[in-house]
Amino acid sequence: MARYKGRGMASVNYPIGMNLGGDPSQALIHSNPDGKFTVALSAIDLGQGMKQVTRQVAAETLGVPIEDVYVDTADSDTGPHDMGSFASRGTHRMGNAVIAAAREARGVLLEAAAEELEVNAADLVTDGKGNIHVKGAPSRAITVRATAQAAQFKQGKTIAGRGIFLIPLSSVDPETGEMNPNTAFAHACLVADVEVDDETGEVSVLGMSSAYELGRVINPKMVEQQLVGGAWMGISHALYETPEPYYPNPDHGPRDFNEYLMPGPGDLAPYSITILERPAPDGPFGGKGPGEMCANPVLPAVANAVYNAVGVRVNDLPITPEKILRGIRANGGAKPQARRGGAL
Amino acid sequence: MAKVPVQFRLNGSDRAAFADPADSLLTVLRRGLNDFGPKYGCGQGTCGTCSVLIDGGLRLACLTLAASCEGASIETVSGMADGPNLHPLQTAFMEHFAAQCGFCTPGMLTAAKALLDRNPNPSREDVIDAIAGNICRCTGYEPIIQAILAAARTLPAQRRS
Ligand code: FES
Ligand code: FES
Repeated sequence: MARYKGRGMASVNYPIGMNLGGDPSQALIHSNPDGKFTVALSAIDLGQGMKQVTRQVAAETLGVPIEDVYVDTADSDTGPHDMGSFASRGTHRMGNAVIAAAREARGVLLEAAAEELEVNAADLVTDGKGNIHVKGAPSRAITVRATAQAAQFKQGKTIAGRGIFLIPLSSVDPETGEMNPNTAFAHACLVADVEVDDETGEVSVLGMSSAYELGRVINPKMVEQQLVGGAWMGISHALYETPEPYYPNPDHGPRDFNEYLMPGPGDLAPYSITILERPAPDGPFGGKGPGEMCANPVLPAVANAVYNAVGVRVNDLPITPEKILRGIRANGGAKPQARRGGAL
Repeated sequence: MAKVPVQFRLNGSDRAAFADPADSLLTVLRRGLNDFGPKYGCGQGTCGTCSVLIDGGLRLACLTLAASCEGASIETVSGMADGPNLHPLQTAFMEHFAAQCGFCTPGMLTAAKALLDRNPNPSREDVIDAIAGNICRCTGYEPIIQAILAAARTLPAQRRS
């Protein structure tokens, strides 16, 4: 009766979004007479930070302070069409749609300012603090707010922009079956160290380290919170959660959160994350976004670590004590595999 | 079944509602008194997001009969901030990115407040124990633990002032 330590690794090439019918997202932006901007989206923020990221992207593109941008995702009946918040597509698809809309709105904003200043719109720049001025002549300036009011009450202009992001549908080559389903991939590698008890079959995750390549990180704290939360969910899927423990037999399924097991705050493993930024050519400011891949590599890494520890290869999730004990018995005992890397 | 009147203090104000004798406190708070702070997660006492303080004690509003709260003093997350001034726990949750979807947050804040009210210097283990009845799907708990520990560090200074 012993506890065996093991180490497992997994890497992932993760497609951002899905190219079914082009996977489009739309955004609409308009200014209000107080010089603030409203971004209308139909994709929703589930807590992953989509509102914050699109707000940053809009403010940066418009050239206005972030406080002056409000993102409204209130109603998919009345808002511009969007495929939705799934497939890790938020930052990339909505971010690009917001950039397109913000560029168009910025164009109208600068035209309205040019009319007030009696200059050429092409000579105007924004300072990101709510002012527009002539390039090289900061004193020839007008505020975004005064511009919005002039546009609304004097010039009769709508400072607004429309944006859509659509990837041309990639058809399948009838001869080779080849297609190009995706334009942006994120990448990650994760190492998990576990300890397996050969008497109880229980697995504890001792620690994890990962490296994530996500394009440009648009909001570092939100990326970190996604990765930390996602890794917890990965452990949960690897070792605990299932609605049908004896699938396809529906018996013994959990009926509530006492039976649907998940790791609690006392079951956390130390986790160190390294972020690599390689801006994506077609991403908003190079962003791709973490999304679902926060959890993905944890599952195979834990499965590999269990194999490394006791020589049991569990092919269906979750890796329960029962499956491990059955595997150990079938193998005639725990069969620790060769160790790789530094100390566990 | 005939409704029964029930009166209690809610976040410092006297409130009254008519409740079915079988109504939970959560139902009366949300449907009767429009306090949408405590959330309905499971309705079975297994997720913690409906947590409230009843006479200072941490309770699950979904498992508490409203009629049993007659004369009690109830605190919910809605009364945690002092006007525009957030409670140190709320500030710490923001600073540590301890909420993503936010559905567990009312219960987490309430459980954390119950902890700090009785133990202003909790250890990491105390914090884990205090939130062990609250499920979070998003954060992986670590940011929440960090936020509660950070709030505890700011509390004594505030109490002195
Ligand atoms: S709603 Fe009360 S514990 Fe889940
Ligand atoms: S933040 Fe979503 S459940 Fe905790």
